[in-house]
Amino acid sequence: MSYILILVGCVFVNNVVLSQFMGICAFLGVSKQIKSSVGMGAAVIFVMTCAAAITYPVYMLLEKFGITYLRTVAFILIIAMFVQFVEIVMKKVMPPLHKALGVYLPLITTNCAVLGVTIANIDKEYSFSKSIVNAVGTGLAFTLALLMFSGVRSTMEHSDIPAPFKGVPATLTAAAIVSLSFMGFTGMID
Amino acid sequence: MENKGSVWGEFTKGLISQNPTLVGLLGMCPTLAVTTLAKNGIGMGLATTFVLVCSNIVISSLKKVIPKAVRLPCFIVIIAGFVTVIEFLMKGFLPELYDALGVFLSLITVNCIILGRAEAFASKNGVFASALDGLGMGLGFTLALFLMGSLREIIGTGSWFGMKIPVLCDHPMTVFIMPAGGFFVLGMLIALVNMFAGKKPPKEISCEGCPSAAICKGQCREEADE
Repeated sequence: MSYILILVGCVFVNNVVLSQFMGICAFLGVSKQIKSSVGMGAAVIFVMTCAAAITYPVYMLLEKFGITYLRTVAFILIIAMFVQFVEIVMKKVMPPLHKALGVYLPLITTNCAVLGVTIANIDKEYSFSKSIVNAVGTGLAFTLALLMFSGVRSTMEHSDIPAPFKGVPATLTAAAIVSLSFMGFTGMID
Repeated sequence: MENKGSVWGEFTKGLISQNPTLVGLLGMCPTLAVTTLAKNGIGMGLATTFVLVCSNIVISSLKKVIPKAVRLPCFIVIIAGFVTVIEFLMKGFLPELYDALGVFLSLITVNCIILGRAEAFASKNGVFASALDGLGMGLGFTLALFLMGSLREIIGTGSWFGMKIPVLCDHPMTVFIMPAGGFFVLGMLIALVNMFAGKKPPKEISCEGCPSAAICKGQCREEADE
């Protein structure tokens, strides 16, 4: 039951983009088209889940030596290394998949949602399986927000927007309205 | 960069004309997340400024030592080191602010402003100029955060730095301190800047300031524009 709660909580109640403000750069940058949103979302789910799986044992190691304050340095290095590694392996082993996801991978290193999830897992003292569920849920939440928003943006392309609002301001205002709709889920879980 | 060369120009460009948040459209995540109160905005801004100045100094003095191929991981480690320092300092001296900023303090590591300045400025310029550039950009970021935080606190709670404002405090519009309000206020501020800016600021999140640009070489853009 608690797994389902974590999942629903991540995707709807505390949506990583719309209510926790993580990964905004990618959210605003890549949400122009539905196709690229799917690619980015898939890449984020994959990297996030793997990052959570790798950082969990690493944190236990840091704990054993009493150097937990090094977690930020250790985690970002692991994520950066992992992303590079995946890119190289994917290029060699699965060229079609690399063609689909490859360009989004480098962007993920500096996506704060990935580092944010690994740190949140520790702050919330999740077990290994709960960490994984949390990571998958956050990835799904990111994809959902991206997909929904690319739909909104493709409609906005054809509307007549006042000059100072063109581009990012209009996008942010639209994001405010989408975020407002997600506020409806507040209170669903404690 | 219109004032290139002059020391004063390096410092002031980050404040207004190249303000990283409102003109450069960088570092959106902390801008939106921690600005529910003016106080938190300033705290976050100054913490980022500290990391930015220190990392700019270290990176510009090591620019000949760091091999070009692995420069990004090196920059990230240097930045993460300083983030750990500020985490310790804040936990020790300002525990209240430390709790308020939460995970976003650790996330300064992946703030695009810092990596972007390291890549675009500190790795090409001298130590002194880089320090000034970092200070200017950091204070510009702080200014933007303070503005956002003040607006949201005044409209959303009817107070400013905890002081109650008559009339407004009887009718707080709570939506402004909620996530939706953050998006809205930032959108309005950028629209205002666009309106008054003499030269056109970037209308889209561009590759110019993106720290990943070196690796992705604009591929993500092309892919999206296909």
